[in-house]
Amino acid sequence: MNQNVWTRLDVVARGLLPFALTLFLVILAMVPFQVPGLSAVVPSLGLIAVYFWVIHRPDLMPAWAVFLIGVIQDLLSGAHLGVGTMVLLLVWLAVAAQGRVFSSASFMLVWAIFVLVAAGAQLLAWLFSSMIAGFILDARPLFFQYLTTVAIYPCLAWLFVQTQRSFVR
Amino acid sequence: MKKSAGQALHVAAPVRAWAQRFAFLFLVVAAFALMLLGKADTLLVERVRTTVTDAMAPVLAILARPVDTIGDMVEQAQELTELRADNAELRRDNERLRNWQAAAQKLEAENAALRELSRLTVEPGTRFVTARVIGDPGGAFVRSVLVNAGSRDGLAKGQAALTSDGLAGRVAEVGQRSARVLLLTDINSRVPILVGKGRDRAILAGDNTNQPRLLYLTPGSEIRPGDQVVTSGHGGVFPPGLPVGVVIQVDETAMRVQPFVGWAHMEYVRLVDYELPSILLPASPGQAQAPPGGASGAPSGAPR
Repeated sequence: MNQNVWTRLDVVARGLLPFALTLFLVILAMVPFQVPGLSAVVPSLGLIAVYFWVIHRPDLMPAWAVFLIGVIQDLLSGAHLGVGTMVLLLVWLAVAAQGRVFSSASFMLVWAIFVLVAAGAQLLAWLFSSMIAGFILDARPLFFQYLTTVAIYPCLAWLFVQTQRSFVR
Repeated sequence: MKKSAGQALHVAAPVRAWAQRFAFLFLVVAAFALMLLGKADTLLVERVRTTVTDAMAPVLAILARPVDTIGDMVEQAQELTELRADNAELRRDNERLRNWQAAAQKLEAENAALRELSRLTVEPGTRFVTARVIGDPGGAFVRSVLVNAGSRDGLAKGQAALTSDGLAGRVAEVGQRSARVLLLTDINSRVPILVGKGRDRAILAGDNTNQPRLLYLTPGSEIRPGDQVVTSGHGGVFPPGLPVGVVIQVDETAMRVQPFVGWAHMEYVRLVDYELPSILLPASPGQAQAPPGGASGAPSGAPR
């Protein structure tokens, strides 16, 4: 009986890991790294994490988890509430709807699709933010942020794969 | 019995798929509602925001520490290589500053004498709170930092945030133990300032670039690159005379200011509590004037 409880707890903890890791990355992106110019182009770590887990373990990254991550990210970053949440949800939808495409995709293909998905996500974020602000916002910082996000994807994906192999079952 | 369970499963699958689709739609609508809410009820959103930020502040403070340490080490290594040159420069500076000190003391005495003559109202008392920068959200649309001090340390909305170089921004949201400082460069930042020798009034407006723009400059005023920019104190939020930056660009398209603050190296900020008794306490005839800074005891005081 006791054994059973621990096993169950273990399963729950492993199941929560993708969500917890994503949340940690969202917070990590907030740390002041004191590198000149980095703050404006800091990659969207949350976007990478959501994309990866929805592809590889959609059961552990349901829509409500994405919603929660989005809301926390919006609240912490001081950005307009709901914008990041909406973008992450739409990314979730785009990836979840094409689940079969990814099931046998190579890493390069997944990365290539991420290049497109991230572009769409940044474009949407820019559109929503501009709409709410009431005028066209400067899109250049967003473009550089997009480049850093795409560039750092392989590093994070490697980290996630290691995590998945050793902890998530 | 078994058969009915199987049938239930058969029916359950489409229902579940439908429920999932409905749940997703619900979440999208919720996200949209949040966007509208953020636009409509900023006070509520702000309260939720500060609560979450408060909860995350200890985590961020721990994460920011090793980064600070590494930054310090790199800086120390750089300083070691430039020790000799720095020393010579500091000696020169010291000499220059001693001259300035003499000048300042003379002016201070003169100022006091003139104040005495003109019976000018006393400058309100200022109090400083020093806080560590624990969060830099980054991103393309916002320029703000989180600091590890809040209302329990005496912070309030609107207070000026300084680094050793000059004005960095103002306090925009205050939680119990954390606060958000909106930087000068943020698109929502507007600071009344004075420019150049003529001390012409203008508004320093951020636009998410590193060099904010000057707006609403007094017509006919002549400014040129290199002119100093200081806070004007209009609006009673900031103390007057805080150093802000220098004008670097003057042309038809825009007038831009390079702030003194090094945005990449903001480890600590000082938050200035500038108590303006005349604004905090509604002065009504017949009511005894409370002592400056005694707003906390007055029931009629503005909510803080």
